[in-house]
Amino acid sequence: MEIAGQTDALITARKAGMLACDRCGRAHAADVAACNRCGARLHARDMASLQGVWAWLLAGIIVYIPANVYPMLRTTTLLDTSESTIVGGAIELFDHGAYGVATIVFVASILIPIGKFIAIGYLAISLRRAGVLSAHSRHRLYEVVEFIGRWSMIDVFVVAILSALVQLGAVATINPGIAAVSFALSVAFTMLAAQSFDPKLIWDADREPT
Amino acid sequence: MEQPGQSPEAGDRAPMLACPVCDTLHAEPEVPDNHVAQCRRCGHVLAAPRENAMIRVLALALTSSILMIAAVLFPFIDLQAGGLQNRTSVLDAVLAFSTGLMIPLSVAVALLIVLIPLARLLAIIYTLWPLVRGAAPYPLARQAFGLAERLRPWSMAEIFVVGVAVALVKVAGLASLSLGPAFWAFVALVLVTVLQDNSMCRYTIWKSLDRPTR
Repeated sequence: MEIAGQTDALITARKAGMLACDRCGRAHAADVAACNRCGARLHARDMASLQGVWAWLLAGIIVYIPANVYPMLRTTTLLDTSESTIVGGAIELFDHGAYGVATIVFVASILIPIGKFIAIGYLAISLRRAGVLSAHSRHRLYEVVEFIGRWSMIDVFVVAILSALVQLGAVATINPGIAAVSFALSVAFTMLAAQSFDPKLIWDADREPT
Repeated sequence: MEQPGQSPEAGDRAPMLACPVCDTLHAEPEVPDNHVAQCRRCGHVLAAPRENAMIRVLALALTSSILMIAAVLFPFIDLQAGGLQNRTSVLDAVLAFSTGLMIPLSVAVALLIVLIPLARLLAIIYTLWPLVRGAAPYPLARQAFGLAERLRPWSMAEIFVVGVAVALVKVAGLASLSLGPAFWAFVALVLVTVLQDNSMCRYTIWKSLDRPTR
């Protein structure tokens, strides 16, 4: 196969028997071990890398369960002690009339995590089975997942700030609950799942029939 | 435009660029400033160099590091209720989880909101400092820039700022609050970081690093 500078047929680096650097994009001959521009290690992509995606995703789903069952915050006031879970916290805000913030919390800690589990799972499955979505829209979905996933961490930060801020002795004290740890882990695991997914696989599968 | 264009007779020895999204091969483009190179198959932007982008990114990175130091040192929020007062700094927010089982979370929060953003800034300054002056890159510049790129998703200062806003609403009814200088430093930091990440053309920087180091 010829690799001329200006061919009109578009071929992929993989078809041309080359390896592309994931970091800076330069294409190399298949036997090169490390990118000669940025020094990143080169590796051929294969479906086996999906195992990593599934493993991180599964871990993320598993730790998401205790994150919802156990309390995220423990509030102690003069009169009583109350514990609130993620969902409970959002509902409480809603009752107080803080609709905007309640929505942020609800979206960041419930909709986004669950949406991410579904989206990553769908992307991984769609590589083996042709789906409804085109490669373009699946790639768009991947970009959205990568961009938005980090924002779930907001709930952990809210807990950190509240616990640091509301330390007024007997009047009111807020302490973090154990769910904060498992929620943070869940966010980190799903971020790793998204990162170990190689988006080029979407386009490979799309091209195979031709 | 550091290297004069690859001559056509270089043939198949000319460096090739694969689209990071769809893997389509392109001859490595020489993109003039303020032009955009897109992948011919999927339309992904391969390169979008801008005039003076490097010096701008460097200036913004220096600004951010100063703001970051201010954000950590100054008081963040002041809380008053029933004659009691509590002044919180970013450090206190980090230490909120520092009991028992949650110590690892404390470390993670410190990393996500202070240490990783700071490490990224330092790496970017280290990479760009000699390039802006037209000198050869520092010996570890590639590793430094690679690190900055890898850490990007884990740098969560902007998420922390929105978290602060949410927390403020939660306690607004409970006590009276005043925002300290560190809060505004953090807000400025986020804006500057967004500006910086948007004006940085990664392809141009990698290309500039593709020269003998000093």
